Amino acid sequence: MIKHVPILLVAIPLLVAFMIPMIGMVNRTARTVIGAIALVMILAISYYIAGDVMLHGKIFYYMVGSSNPEIITEHGLTFPIRIGLKIDPFSLFFILMATTLVFIFYLFSIQYIEENERKNYFTVLFICMVAGMMGLLVANDLFTFFVFLEILSISSAALVAFRTERKHPPYAGYKYMFVSAVATSFFLLGIAFLYAQYGSFNIDYLKEAIRGTLLDKIAIVLLIIPLAMKSGVVPMHMWIPDTYSEAPAPISAMVKLGSLICLYGLFRISFSFGLSHAHVSYPLGVLFIVFGVLSMFVGVTQALVQKDVKRLMAFHAVSQVGYMLLGMGVGLSVVKSGDASFALFGKVAMIGGLLHVINNALYKGLLFLTSGVLVRHFKTRNLDAMNGLAHYDIFTTVVFMIAALAISGIPPFNGFVSKIIIYESVFQYNPVLTLIAIFVSILTLASFVKVFYSAFLGMPSKKRPMEQPVLIKCSMLLLAVFIVAIGIFPQGILKIIIEPAVNALVNF
Amino acid sequence: MSAIVLYVTFILLLTIGIIALLFKRNLIKIVIAFNILDSGINLFFISLGYRENAMAPIFTLAPFDSVITMVLPTPQALILTNIVIGFATTALMLGVAVLTYRNNNTLDTRKLRGVEEYD
Repeated sequence: MIKHVPILLVAIPLLVAFMIPMIGMVNRTARTVIGAIALVMILAISYYIAGDVMLHGKIFYYMVGSSNPEIITEHGLTFPIRIGLKIDPFSLFFILMATTLVFIFYLFSIQYIEENERKNYFTVLFICMVAGMMGLLVANDLFTFFVFLEILSISSAALVAFRTERKHPPYAGYKYMFVSAVATSFFLLGIAFLYAQYGSFNIDYLKEAIRGTLLDKIAIVLLIIPLAMKSGVVPMHMWIPDTYSEAPAPISAMVKLGSLICLYGLFRISFSFGLSHAHVSYPLGVLFIVFGVLSMFVGVTQALVQKDVKRLMAFHAVSQVGYMLLGMGVGLSVVKSGDASFALFGKVAMIGGLLHVINNALYKGLLFLTSGVLVRHFKTRNLDAMNGLAHYDIFTTVVFMIAALAISGIPPFNGFVSKIIIYESVFQYNPVLTLIAIFVSILTLASFVKVFYSAFLGMPSKKRPMEQPVLIKCSMLLLAVFIVAIGIFPQGILKIIIEPAVNALVNF
Repeated sequence: MSAIVLYVTFILLLTIGIIALLFKRNLIKIVIAFNILDSGINLFFISLGYRENAMAPIFTLAPFDSVITMVLPTPQALILTNIVIGFATTALMLGVAVLTYRNNNTLDTRKLRGVEEYD
């Protein structure tokens, strides 16, 4: 049974997603419960294999359609074209993050999205999105990766446009779909360039075979730029504010998670195709650093001037991606340099970058969920029209403070841990980059002080306070607990999860 | 010879698609431009597997003499998938374009720009 884990992670959400409309016609409670059960199942499966993969270094291979799916020869495959799946520590790190967070966001959405006949479609698309994410994370060949990337983007675009009766959401959905469609078309072109030369889609095989010629470099650029676009890196970030601000709050959080998973693809492809040759990996690393610094700076300066609470948080999402790219880029640019710099600080920078991925997913998710609560309470997204929530909703105030302090890198919370690791290691590469990162962190704090001041402080309006439903409170509390736990005990997650993931990525 | 024609057509379609994406302001025309781009990429992928004087890759029809070659089946299978994906994308984009028109009474991206209301 355990050998079928990679395909189960994809198959369970896909199967349940298409069962849901039928169940929803009969009973709506059953539909919600079955969706939750599917998410709990993939959560349980991913935690079940975590010990084997992370501690003992077991790597799951799976060839779909083969009579003995685990068998692979030294060339990677017995049959040249098969759908190959693979789980190694690096992808398992993202799988653990995705299954946990998706379950929490689902809990939030049960009571946040109002119950009507369209909730069925919402649940279907939500679980399709989960299937797309899982497929992306376990795919070991480029074409499967492409197909699941499309599943992820189509279902998330439909969800971004979910509130179709309002003025702007359909246009935001159109914009997201358009950006994704063009990006993935060029991704396919990149796959074609590699296939034309090497006749295979398997990432393991291509990693060995790639020669680093000009055509290979064009192909790598065609593969990574669309993924950078889908992750919202700065020159390609124009879709982020509209998409995140017009989507319902749990969907903003889900799209953010989806963009982090595209970041997984970015790292996976650049590290597997770039590592074989130093003349490919160094420019890629520098490109990551440039993208990272641009994203940090442009994102935060745009966020400072926003008056719309969700647009503000969307621009912070752009700025936080920069930290991850900075950490990973420093690692990538020194990994093939041949001296001790990778052991000295490159690996630490990568550990910081990866830790920042999970930290960012946690507190950004929590921030999007609190922004949903704010928008639902005040019936507006304008910060100027909000005031005094702290007078009657202590719970939301406390979780918002935890998330805002974590994103600004204040000590007892998780953002501080990953940011200090990035600062220290990047300082040895280039001190200027650390200065920029610290400066961006201060600006982040400034803009969240603004949100806190205008939405939570001040005289409360006359409206009667609204008690938050229990599942909304539960999901936000879970995220807050994770944030504090990682902030106080970072050694555990660093040793058990992040370090094997970085090792797997470098020796991949 | 015919390969060159295919590649030139691919580059033409790609160029037309990109230029239309960059300069057209109508949401429906953008969908058309995306479709042109997508068919260009499909054509390129298909032409990678094309062989001169080869036959269709149907296993049961394969002749015994190995002189006759077959075209590569893999790109065709993949492009079939991509055509379906392109269909889904187009349908979704047209659907939200219709909704955009219904809510805003325009399809012009210049007039749709800017979200000033906070509902």
